[in-house]
Amino acid sequence: MIRNDVFKTLIPVISEHLVVCNIGAPSQELHALDDRASNFYMLGTMGLSSSIGLGLAAAQDKPVLAIDGDGSVLTNLGTLATIGNNPQGNFTLLIIDNGSYGSTGDQPTYAGMKTDLAAVAKACGAETVLTVSAEDTAEAVKAAIASEEMTIIVSKCKSGNVAVPVIKTNPIVIRERFMEEVRR
Amino acid sequence: MATDMDHQIVEDLKAAGIDYITSVPCKQLAGVIEVLEDTSEIMHMPSNKEDEGMGLCAGAYMGGMKPAIVMQNTALGVVVNTLATLIQFYQIPLPMLISYRGEVGEPVACQVEMALHTKAILNQLHIPTYHFHKPEDAAELPGILEYAQMASKPVAILCDASFWRASA
Repeated sequence: MIRNDVFKTLIPVISEHLVVCNIGAPSQELHALDDRASNFYMLGTMGLSSSIGLGLAAAQDKPVLAIDGDGSVLTNLGTLATIGNNPQGNFTLLIIDNGSYGSTGDQPTYAGMKTDLAAVAKACGAETVLTVSAEDTAEAVKAAIASEEMTIIVSKCKSGNVAVPVIKTNPIVIRERFMEEVRR
Repeated sequence: MATDMDHQIVEDLKAAGIDYITSVPCKQLAGVIEVLEDTSEIMHMPSNKEDEGMGLCAGAYMGGMKPAIVMQNTALGVVVNTLATLIQFYQIPLPMLISYRGEVGEPVACQVEMALHTKAILNQLHIPTYHFHKPEDAAELPGILEYAQMASKPVAILCDASFWRASA
């Protein structure tokens, strides 16, 4: 399974929740599969999905799922220490770990080599960290959202993207409609 | 040891409704950060790098809080992309309380190098910029904080060594 296959299984689990989605192919694929006001698409700024998600979870009580990638977490590795030291029970971080920079031509990341992001997250102080297969991801995310414990899930899937259009929605529209969902 | 000015700055932040602050420390900001740690009305969540901090602020803002960031001017070398593609692109109000290292009174020569670029970077990004040089300049802070919310923009408040020394 590639990222887009994981997303297909995730849709029924996450469509009613606040989702912050990583820049590039992940946001474009989620947008093409199931565009919703409750999805915050990052149109720029690689690496900050987990940070935006943590800030959002700290600011209000609804469950928050941040979808990140292995390459994006590597570019903002300090985020795992901030998350580990500021646990929010309503926060779930899903790291789609396909061992590659998917949006830029599937170049390999260090997470696909020797680096174990789940072990890094644990060493950073996160208490509930799971490594799951692509097939088991939706079930793990469902359980994490239902639990009152902050969970980091590393989903191991294959490298690859599907051809989907770029997101043309105005950023202010994305933010405003997302904030309406937060307030709802 | 926090000064009256450090307390006054945090009081002004509180009065403006700022309830979420992330920080990356600087010697000049140590007093403000010390006061923040003791201020229950403001959630203080330190970050490791300022671009990460701006991500936290963007999330807190969308969650209904009023964020601000406390950082050193050298970090403007880190956050240009984040300011442009997150804070400005999505129109997120973000007061940036910035220690302005490298100005007159600076003991560390290397700090001068980023001081030379500080206002140029802010100017290039079209970020409203205020420079606190004397203690009385801080009287503008409440107005600046209100302005950031009104305009939905990042604003920079540069506080130099002369300001901190005269405020001690």
